[in-house]
Amino acid sequence: MTSNLKVNPAKSDCSQDAIIIEGISKHFGKIQALDNISLNVGEGIVFALLGPNGSGKTTLIRILTTLLIPDGGTASVGGFDIRKNAASIRPIIGLAGQYPAVDEDLTGKENLEMIGQLYHLGNNKSRTRAGELLITFDLADAGNRRVKTYSGGMRRRLDLAATLVAEPKILFLDEPTTGLDPRSRFGLWDVIGKLTKDCHTVFLTTQYLEEADRLADKIAIMDNGHIIRVGTPAELKGCCGGETRVKLKLADPNQTRQALDLLRELSKDQMNSNSETGDISLPADGGTAILSDVVRRLDASGIQLAELALTQPTLDDVFLAITGHAAENVTAVDAKKTK
Amino acid sequence: MEKMSAAISDIMVMTRRNVTRYIRLPQLLVFNAMLNVVLLLLFNYVFGGAIQKGGIPYIQYFLPGFLAQTVVFGSTQTSVGIAEDLSKGLIDRFRSLPMARPAFLTGRVIADGIRYAVLILLMIGVGLAAGFRFGNGLVPAIMAVLLVILFGVALTWIGVFIGISVKNQETAQVAGFVWVFPLVFASSLYVPIATMPHWLQYFANVNPVTSMAGVIRALFLGSNPAAGGASLTKYLWQILVWDAGLMLVFIPLSVRRYVQLAK
Repeated sequence: MTSNLKVNPAKSDCSQDAIIIEGISKHFGKIQALDNISLNVGEGIVFALLGPNGSGKTTLIRILTTLLIPDGGTASVGGFDIRKNAASIRPIIGLAGQYPAVDEDLTGKENLEMIGQLYHLGNNKSRTRAGELLITFDLADAGNRRVKTYSGGMRRRLDLAATLVAEPKILFLDEPTTGLDPRSRFGLWDVIGKLTKDCHTVFLTTQYLEEADRLADKIAIMDNGHIIRVGTPAELKGCCGGETRVKLKLADPNQTRQALDLLRELSKDQMNSNSETGDISLPADGGTAILSDVVRRLDASGIQLAELALTQPTLDDVFLAITGHAAENVTAVDAKKTK
Repeated sequence: MEKMSAAISDIMVMTRRNVTRYIRLPQLLVFNAMLNVVLLLLFNYVFGGAIQKGGIPYIQYFLPGFLAQTVVFGSTQTSVGIAEDLSKGLIDRFRSLPMARPAFLTGRVIADGIRYAVLILLMIGVGLAAGFRFGNGLVPAIMAVLLVILFGVALTWIGVFIGISVKNQETAQVAGFVWVFPLVFASSLYVPIATMPHWLQYFANVNPVTSMAGVIRALFLGSNPAAGGASLTKYLWQILVWDAGLMLVFIPLSVRRYVQLAK
């Protein structure tokens, strides 16, 4: 379910850390946006910072892209210190902020050429790259139209294209798919999944668990200015309440009690049930073998099943288990997230 | 050296971006120009008769000052443009790019210098149609145009500073008027300073708009006050001091604000 999108042929050769964050803090007025964040991000992977609105994701991206100076701590991006060598970081990064940062009064092509020139690629290279990217992002027909006439999805694609003009080694994407319709979102996922070739790194933020799950090789869960857990999607699902479970539904809810008695032996006291609907769920440690066990026991007593399934844990379960609240809740810190 | 040429290239790219936007959004420029034309004609024909200026047509006295006013009003537009850029995500992209730090602001200022040149030439055209006549030759006239553009550029840095400080288009618009109106009206632009109350004369005499109007009069019309002219030596050093002073104060202030966007 997870890594079907990723194309990372050279991953094993990427041995450096693209980003090293050590004890970064930042406050705005009385609000502690980031509290002593430390994190390493290896080269050649898609890294997702997952957290609700106001958890500090954007602030961290702004610090790593040299837009904001932290109050305390250090960080290096591509081997350069964000405080001392910001000018060395800028040529090797690309940033797509939360809102498309393109000039509405210029055409798509002019936007990309301008970015190329500001990366000092020269006029010819800028023009070539602009042409290539317009094709890649399905904007070739709209290239000579002013961005003002573009749809939301087109602007997003142009914005992402703009970050790729100079083929930066480290890409920062702040909530790249927020506000997109599902089709555009899937399209972007496809593109992002292919960006990590040649040890290029993608650092993205998202509040969608599904997105982190689909795209990321590694995920950091962030809440209230803290990183509360880091791991691969599989590790996170395995660690914290996110286990595989058998879920079944009885044809006759009145038999719930009887069914629970029959299944108790399999469940290690971790059974949930609802006698109104006939829903029962229990852990599936033994893998798929438990399914036939469940069927056999119930069948022997003449209990009919309406549904039976083995469900994979979702990051939603994990997030809830770790933070105690659901991922897409808006917290009070939201108001002061961006300066 | 390489750094220098990269910086110049960045400034040119940003200048081109702003000029392109002016050309693409002609409404702003056109209405700005129309406002100036309407004001020029109104003041000339409504007040021109009432304000006696020693027998010479009022347009001879009024047009040089009006050119100074054009760049003063024009510079308030800069605040709005800068505030608009800062209120959108584009500024984050620019700041994350490896472009020279001063390029964003400088590109805007140069584009505005080009905008002033267009407006000034238009106003001179309208002035000629309304009866204005040069009396001092072509070269001084061209010098006057260049000096008034320079004055506009110096004022534009005030606009940059206001725009980058308030970061909001509507506020930037209003903030501009606060300093612009006293500057324009308490000067020798519309009426001779001698007609004002004494306390106001002190202000009007050191007002850069008075100096600028004086320089333009001297270069357009010569030094004879009877022909509407003025003493070049008296006003030229004043306006140059003003230009230098404004830029020495507002360029560092603006650049500091730009850097402080990271705070």
